[in-house]
This record gives sequence, C-alpha cells and structure tokens, in this order.
Amino acid sequence: MNRLNKTSIFFLVGAVLVFGIVQALISAGIINSFWSTIVLLAGVMAIVSLGLNLIYGFNGQFSLGQYGFYAIGAYTAADITYRWVQLHSASGLTVILMISILVGLAIFLIRGVVSKIRGMDTLSAFALYLAGVLVAIFIATRLGMLIANPVTALFNLMPEKVAQYVVYLIAVLLGGLIAGEVSFLFGLPVLTLGSDYFGIATLGFTIIVKVLLDNSDTMLGFDEMKGARGMIGIPKITTWATVFIFLLITIIVIRNLLNSSYGRAIVSIREDETAATSMGIDVAFYKTITFVIGSFFGGLAGGLYAHINGFLHPNTFSFVKSFDPLIVVVFGGLGSVTGTVGAAFGWALVLEGVLRLILPEGFETWRFVIYPTLLLIMMLLKPNGLFGNYEIPFIRSVVPPLKEKKADEETAKEVA
Amino acid sequence: MAENTNTTPILELRKLCRYFGGLKAVNEVDLVLQPHALNGLIGPNGSGKTTIFNVITGIYEPTGGEVVFEGQSIGGLDPYIINQMGIARTFQNIRLFPNLTVLDNVRIAYHTHAGYSMSDAIMHSKHFDKKENELTEKAQDFLRVFNLQDRQAEIARNLPYGEQRRLEIARALASSPKLLLLDEPAAGMNPKEAITLMELIHFIRDKFDLTILLIEHQMRVVMGICEHITVMDFGQVIARGSAQDVQKDSHVIEAYLGPGAAELSKQYLKERKQ
Repeated sequence: MNRLNKTSIFFLVGAVLVFGIVQALISAGIINSFWSTIVLLAGVMAIVSLGLNLIYGFNGQFSLGQYGFYAIGAYTAADITYRWVQLHSASGLTVILMISILVGLAIFLIRGVVSKIRGMDTLSAFALYLAGVLVAIFIATRLGMLIANPVTALFNLMPEKVAQYVVYLIAVLLGGLIAGEVSFLFGLPVLTLGSDYFGIATLGFTIIVKVLLDNSDTMLGFDEMKGARGMIGIPKITTWATVFIFLLITIIVIRNLLNSSYGRAIVSIREDETAATSMGIDVAFYKTITFVIGSFFGGLAGGLYAHINGFLHPNTFSFVKSFDPLIVVVFGGLGSVTGTVGAAFGWALVLEGVLRLILPEGFETWRFVIYPTLLLIMMLLKPNGLFGNYEIPFIRSVVPPLKEKKADEETAKEVA
Repeated sequence: MAENTNTTPILELRKLCRYFGGLKAVNEVDLVLQPHALNGLIGPNGSGKTTIFNVITGIYEPTGGEVVFEGQSIGGLDPYIINQMGIARTFQNIRLFPNLTVLDNVRIAYHTHAGYSMSDAIMHSKHFDKKENELTEKAQDFLRVFNLQDRQAEIARNLPYGEQRRLEIARALASSPKLLLLDEPAAGMNPKEAITLMELIHFIRDKFDLTILLIEHQMRVVMGICEHITVMDFGQVIARGSAQDVQKDSHVIEAYLGPGAAELSKQYLKERKQ
C-alpha cells in the first residue's frame, strides 16, 4: 500500500500526457474552437456523470435530479461572476459564500440536535432543518452585503485577470457547495423512499428547478438571470486546463472514497440494504452523504459549464436533458469510473461532433435518431455498459495479499 | 445452565408481541438468554421464529412488550444501532453483498471500527493507510477462522453454498457482537456438513465469548449442541428446557406431528420398552 506506487505514477503521467497533447493541439490551432468547446463539454459531462454514477451506480439510488443540481451550480456560479464582471461588485460572491458557510453550519448544528432526539420522524426533522436554513440564509444575506464592499476593494488590489479568475474559481466551488446543500435538504425526506419512487421525486426536483429558472426574473427576483430569455454576459473563461484539473480531482476523490471503508459502506447499500443495516451501516446517513457528494460534483460541473459559452438558458436543464448523464452512466457501465469518463467523452464527441459533421446539411437532426439507435444496439449487445465493471489499475481496488500468520493456522485446521 | 441463573441475562424478551394486521406472528413471548449460552429456537414453519429475530435486530418494531439487551431497552431502535450495541445476525436466505469480494464482505462489517474519517480517506493520508491495513489484516484473520482465506478475492456470489453460509457467519462476527443470532445456519446442508458447522459454532462461541441463539430445523443438530431450547408454535412459546425435556414434552410432539400424536408416541415408547 505504497502511497505513490507504480499505478498512481503511471496514471498521473498518463493524465499529464493527455492534458499536454490536447492543450498543445488547442494552442496550435489544430483543434478549432468548435472542437475545443466540445472537448470542454465532454469534460464537464464527465464530472456530472461521475457524480451521478456515485449516486446511482455505486449507491444504487436511481436519480433523475442530477441536472437540477447542475443547473443550480451553473446559475449560482454565473451570478457571482456576472456581478463581478458586469457590476464590478463582489456582492454575489460574499452573499453566496456566507450562505454556503452559514447553511452548512446550521445543518451541522441541527444534525447534532436531531441525532439526540430519539424517534423523531423525518418530516419534523426536515421542518427543523428548513427553518434553520431559512434563518441562516436571512442572516447570511445581511452579512454578505455588509462585507461586499471591503471584499470588492480587496479583489481590486489584484491584477484584473487574476481577480477575475480567482472569483471564477471560488464561484465554481460555491456552485458545487450550494448544490450539495440543496441536495441535503431535498434528499432528507426523499431518500427514505424506495429506489423507483426516489427516481420520480428527483425528476420532480429537476422540473421545479427548470420552472424556477424560467421565471428567475419574476419569481426569484434575479433580474440578471433574465428568466426564459436566457442569461447573457457571463465571462467565457473556462479553459481546458481548468476542466481537466477539476476532472482529475473528481476522479481522484471518487477513487479514494470508493477504495475506503466509507466507499464499501456506500456500495453495500446498493448490494443489500437490509444486510448493510444489520451490519452496523447507517443506511440513511450514507445515502444522504452520497447524494450530497454526487450533487456537489453536479454543481461543480454546472459552474464550469456556465463559463464555456457565456450563455445560460433554462432549456439546457429541461427534464429531457436530465437523462443525458443517466445515459452516459449506463452507457459507460454502472459502477465504473473509467467507463463513465470514457462514455462522457464519447457521447460529446460523437453526438455533437462527428455526427453533426458527417451528416449532410439539413439532416443534423437525424443524429437524435442515430444516437438512440446506437443506444438500443448497445443495450442489446452489452447490457452491462461499454466497460462493464472494468476499471483502469489506478482506480481498481486491489485485494491485498494474504499476510503470513502462523498463530492462527491451528485454528483454521481445527475448523476445517 | 443452572450455574448461570444468578447472572444478569444478556437478552431478555418481555411479553414481546409483533402483529401483522390480524396475524399475531409473535404473541407475548418471554425469553431469557444467559451470557455464553448456546440457545436453540425451534418450531414448525410459520411459528414466528424469524419474526422474533427481526424484532430483536430492529428490522421490525415490536407491537408490544420489551426487548432488553444488557439492561437497556432496544425495542424500536434502528438496526444499525442495535448492531453497534452488540447484536449480529445471519439470514435465513443468505444475504451477502453478492457482487463484492469475500474480503470486502467482511471488511464492510468492520466499518464502524475503521478508525479514520472520510476526509482521511479522500486525502489518502498516512493515518488512512495504517488503519486500512489494520482493518484488512483483521478481516483476513476472520477469514482464516472460517478457512476462507484462499477465497478472499473471489466474488461472493460465486462461492459454493456452504462457503456462502460460512462467509455470512464470518461477516456477522466481524461486527464484533456479544450476541449472535443464526437463522437456519445448516439449511441445505447434508448431515455431515451440518455437524461440521455445529462444531464450528461451538468453537466460535468459545473463541469470541459469544452468546448464541439459533433457529434450526435439523433436529439432530439442535438437540446435539443447544444447551437450552425454546419451542414456538403459532407465535407463542409452548415449551422450554434442555433437549431431553423438550423431546418428551407432549405440546411439542403435537405441534410437530399433529393432535393425538403425543398419546401415540407414549404408547410406542411403552411398547418398545416391553
């Protein structure tokens, strides 16, 4: 169990190579802006799908809500950078930072209280959390506005480009955090449902988010989001390097999580919930934490996505689209990290890239016939997904060799 | 078990009831388990044995009555809390984690004793490496006890039936219980395998200082190793005592063989004596 063993070094070298080659091709102009956008979209799709694979593939909770969290992350991050770039104010940043901190704190404190009260039902607990979170948001908004000006001044000390990039990075992370916190609140009552019912409930969540975004200027009062007309004026600063680093971190985090006792606890719930709870696994807790982590990655990817085109439209997050990451996950193989990344890139490159180019003009829409047909054939031929359970050596969990022991050999014989 | 009667019982069921609508699956059952005893729970199909297991382990809430474990009332607690308090079980229809390796099946039961935090795991810290190694070694030790060490990399569902049964017991033991509930551990085994299994149960009882309560249908096996037997029928206890006491009990004979059977068997025994 060397910390930097051969496979990790091999993986990192490979990753740097992939990054370098693509980066070089982009810089040299061999990959034009059309293709580089597709590569960015593929990377973003890989992160969303990895989050969903954690929830569906590894924890066994069938979720259609991933695009809802993706949307929350996208709009949160976009609003922060929009305010910075267009209004020259860090108010978005400070308010959302405060909200994410205080809401997190409120959830943490209420969790302490709720766990002490024996026999509290889920809905009362949910009401308590909701009340706490609303209070936290109220205080956070006031606090955030209060420190907005000093923080703006602080960022103005930096060179303009650097400040913009720092604000953008924080915005992306906050997008993930807010998505994670929303998923906690939403998951609390809903995760007690069985898997299929949970799927329907999460579909409802995606629709709620879409409707709220359609009316974000009237219902929510965010004029800059412009409701169903689509949000413009977001800086286009997501680069291949940023996407790649976030993707790499996502892969490593998920890999480390899965190859630990916590990962095994998560997977055991998929395998047999009753057996898991009888073996001391707190099923409700691990379902929630997995849902939160998965949604966090969804939100993170949303933040990255918002800054690719500089334009956000609620239709991007409609519930039909919310099947995209699901298709990627199933296509790549449920419970395979390698498969998900591979399928995400394949999905973007083939659907948006190759098919769009090879189909004659006027027939572009046929790609939505060809691609589902491909899916059908695929499901018939390889129902376990492209990669099944395959993982590259870096991600695969290794069964450690049996250590020699003499003391227990007698007992083994005795029993046999 | 006369010498143990003055010690405090490890588990006590007091007038325990569990109804499913109008069906009284378990009706006012009293049961006392002394520490370190090997107890048997028998009865015809549908007499409520597995329901008692499900109530003790928290899968069902009791409709009435109390479950007291080491002086604490545990009725209605979540199963995972009850397991962490020290009650582990196996299932009648084997419930392993089928797509995971044999080693991981045991390591999952060790989860509560992992000793590192989630951030340790994500950051892959040195502490994580150390604790994970310890955990793996402990799990491998358990596999050795059950002679499954060479199977550790195998996927659980590919194991032969007998080994799946053994693995399930190993997994239950890995959660370090004080009380082990075995639901038909010898089901589907031939007599020879069953006897080996019973020796194994005896062995782990002594090695891990456990109290064991087991449900079993193979009478030869139950009568052979259980020190104390409780017989149930229609959700109620109809007899309890040592193997000899229970075998002679007319209620038990009638529950298994039908009304009037007790009379017949008495006659039969008399004739045999003459």
